[in-house]
Amino acid sequence: MAESICRALRDGALDGEHAPALTIKDSIDSPFGPDVFNHILTQVSANILAGKSQSRGLVLVAFSRSPSFYHNLLKSRGHDVSSSHNWLRVLDCYTDPLGWKDRLIERGSITNLSPETSVTVNLCKDVRNLDNLFSSILELGKGLVGQRKNRFSVAIDSVTEMLRHASISAVASLLSNLRSHDQVSCEFWLLHSDLHEIRATAVLEYMSSMLATIEPMTRPPTNGQIGNSENLSLLDQNSKRGKLHVRFKRRNGRVRLMCEEFCVEQSGIKFTSISSEDGLITQSLVPKVQFNLQLSEKERVDRAKVVLPFEHQGNGKSIQIYDGRRSLDESTTEIKSVSAEKLQTNEDSGKGEIIYYRDSDDEMPDSDEDPDDDLDI
Amino acid sequence: MDRSSNLLDEALGLDDYQTKSSSVASGRVVLIEDCVETSGAFVLHHLIKRSLTPHSSGIVIFVAFAQPFSHYDRVLRKMGCNLVVQRDNKRFLFFDMLTLECPDGDGGKTNEGGLLELYGKIHEAVEICALSEDNRNCITIMIDDISLMEVAANGSSNHVLDFLHYCYTLTTQFGCLLVSLNHEDIYSSMEGPTLILQMEYLADIMIKAEPLATGLATDVHGQLTILNQGISDGLGNSRNKLRNFHFKVKENSVDYFYPGTRG
Repeated sequence: MAESICRALRDGALDGEHAPALTIKDSIDSPFGPDVFNHILTQVSANILAGKSQSRGLVLVAFSRSPSFYHNLLKSRGHDVSSSHNWLRVLDCYTDPLGWKDRLIERGSITNLSPETSVTVNLCKDVRNLDNLFSSILELGKGLVGQRKNRFSVAIDSVTEMLRHASISAVASLLSNLRSHDQVSCEFWLLHSDLHEIRATAVLEYMSSMLATIEPMTRPPTNGQIGNSENLSLLDQNSKRGKLHVRFKRRNGRVRLMCEEFCVEQSGIKFTSISSEDGLITQSLVPKVQFNLQLSEKERVDRAKVVLPFEHQGNGKSIQIYDGRRSLDESTTEIKSVSAEKLQTNEDSGKGEIIYYRDSDDEMPDSDEDPDDDLDI
Repeated sequence: MDRSSNLLDEALGLDDYQTKSSSVASGRVVLIEDCVETSGAFVLHHLIKRSLTPHSSGIVIFVAFAQPFSHYDRVLRKMGCNLVVQRDNKRFLFFDMLTLECPDGDGGKTNEGGLLELYGKIHEAVEICALSEDNRNCITIMIDDISLMEVAANGSSNHVLDFLHYCYTLTTQFGCLLVSLNHEDIYSSMEGPTLILQMEYLADIMIKAEPLATGLATDVHGQLTILNQGISDGLGNSRNKLRNFHFKVKENSVDYFYPGTRG
């Protein structure tokens, strides 16, 4: 399922459509958003490097991690970082987001000691100005893929940080402008949902064609001590594993929901299809009942062999359908013929049969009359 | 005071602090959360002492909003660590922020000015330490405490977060350890996103000091829960991420023990 996200991001945008956008959303109960983000980032980079994806390059807007962190990440996943100038640009909003260091350097109290990395880094010194941010992202992307129809991907590692410095409307317009730009192939970002109002989260969810929500295996009780034993075992369980719910929105409005479990290990994040009972619900909607609603193959064959009473037997006679209104004579002859038939069919022993004898002539034929009509309550 | 590692050091990944390189601890963010009933200040004292042991060459940059120097000096002296001497040796750099206020027009356009000044001082100090001697590779920045910093910033948690972000950049640039203390219960009644939640996202190691769930006890003063995220000890095996144990604060040391293993 994480693969289907990556596939959708790889396939990119159609002409005349917005680029696919992914929101990765986590909360403090299961703060593995960065792990999922990094996983998708490496997959997207791998696809770009292999030439499989629509986009030819990646612009990474780094708010919460340093460019050198991403450099090491890509290197540790075996990507060719030395050639990264061909396909990767990092817009560094991490090192000096408000220009403090710049001011201090001007005053001479500190020196510039940015760590050297081999990835191409552009420093952004005022993240509050989103117009500048937008144009720098485009500039970097165009620098990668050229002015023509080639497309690039955009990754933003923390919209939460952006929202701390700018209003939701400004951030939303930046993201949406990026999405609708001709040269953007896909876009994905990370969000810590519990740090924002529901409104802000909803705005970003509306703008994305895919939403990946990270949830704990078991949600801990809202308030209370962390240190009691139940909470500790929950916390322990949630400290390595979690669930990933993904919602895909198709162009035609169809929504597909999927769920997967993950486990965070040293080498990265591992996804497994769901093993617990919850998975059954997504597979079939039949509720669990105590009795058997299904037939076995033998039961099915036997049922097919049963000759229903008064059914046309296909043995040359005219079709007689019992309507319950025959006279006694007719019904007796019918019984005879049925019993004769029974004799016949007994030779073919595998065949089932239901024989109906009318108890007496008193038995009234079926009618629409209410049988409880004469009841006096 | 024996120098053998205790449960707290183990949980923090500091037990082999002196023998191995300090890479285990450096570049990480530690958040200590306490509450009115149980103070977490002793964890700070422990970390000061730990960083200033004669075996290591660590440097502590201490940003004090809560207490004056003499307070920490008295506490640490009982633990066998002389802060005055360490201050003279330039291993303990003390920033007295008790009177820091960030009024408009003082040093900056807005009340971020005061915090910008403070950051400038810290950055400068870190830079001098990092450049002066190459083996002094572990610099610990401690902030006591964040809630009072918020008060100093006129209640603007955004400015505090900006400040913390800049301190965080120092952890990646110079491999510093950033330790901060905050009180959990003062945010408990607040709706919506709180400063402490933001800090929990930022933290690699979270230490919670709480009273016992069962109430007061004479032999146990509280419990510590330590959530250590994404650590590796360099050998490829990750440690136990979650620890919970009890503690007893004594006159000149603290005992750490698992529940049920004491009297």
